[in-house]
Amino acid sequence: MLVSVYRYNPDVDDAPFMQDIHIDIPGGKDIMVLDLLQLLKNKDPSLGYRRSCREGVCGSDGMNMNGKNGLACITPLSAVVKNDKLVLRPLPGLPVIRDLVIDMSQFYAQYEKIKPYLINDTPAPAIERLQSPEERAELDGLYECILCACCSTACPSFWWNPDKFIGPSGLLQAYRFLADTRDTAQDERLADLDDPFSVFRCHGIMNCVNVCPKGLNPTKAIGKIRNMLLQKAT
Amino acid sequence: MVTNVTSFGRSGLYDWMFQRVTAVVMLAYTLFIVGYLLLNPDMDYTQWKALFDNLAMRIFSLLLVFSFAAHAWIGLWCVTTDYIPMAGLRILVQAGTGLITFIYVAWAIQIIWGV
Repeated sequence: MLVSVYRYNPDVDDAPFMQDIHIDIPGGKDIMVLDLLQLLKNKDPSLGYRRSCREGVCGSDGMNMNGKNGLACITPLSAVVKNDKLVLRPLPGLPVIRDLVIDMSQFYAQYEKIKPYLINDTPAPAIERLQSPEERAELDGLYECILCACCSTACPSFWWNPDKFIGPSGLLQAYRFLADTRDTAQDERLADLDDPFSVFRCHGIMNCVNVCPKGLNPTKAIGKIRNMLLQKAT
Repeated sequence: MVTNVTSFGRSGLYDWMFQRVTAVVMLAYTLFIVGYLLLNPDMDYTQWKALFDNLAMRIFSLLLVFSFAAHAWIGLWCVTTDYIPMAGLRILVQAGTGLITFIYVAWAIQIIWGV
């Protein structure tokens, strides 16, 4: 099959280019894109990409495969290859450090903004702050986010305003803490989000939902944040 | 919190709410006009003029014009802040949008009360 890989090494290359590599898949098996990348790296050791757990938990190998963001380690070739061709690009919208490796500083800066930790100034109980099973269930579909950035880099609003719009991933996490009964900073959290950019740059096109490798729904979480803001202000 | 001096109401929630409310006004006006035309297939100029001579209709039309202007401003403000990264050019385009919107509003008032 033919693999077309985005290559860019700023120390050597004047501009990014696509490198076409023909490769035979051993035994005609349906391997993961990450395995394919390893085969490519065996051929050309200069190819750069991030990886770690290889099982969809660490979120390191987010990339754009035939036009759709996803995790290379849990995406089988059969799911993305069309006409025996695969185009691999870095996640769109963020600066490229090298080849498929992107600089995620802006993504993390937005994550940091939403204060991704429990805030509770009341004295801590002897053992732990308890929740009922129902209260705990509110966090399902939120806490599973692995911060791979597939969603935020699929979002045009994040492409145009990565410094102002929190992005789907950050907002999913923002709601994760807004929905947590152990958190006491709900008012402050909401006040920080009530500007024309942080939340309201989301126009609900749901690219984030379409690409999330963990099957999460940031658009729904954003809708819930909007409702909380609305309830507080009316 | 991100601050911005050029947005419609400073608050994202306010802009969002205003855009929804104005959309409802525009929908109501559209339904009314389309309904009126369908229910009066043989309408002539005098009947059309009589409709707009009515003060209630003029107020409804004025509400539409203001809603349209606010809705357009919020929408175009989003477009300009997305696609024009150069602050100087962006403010210029936004100012132009504001001026054109204002001219349309003034002109529309003249048309509504001049029928």
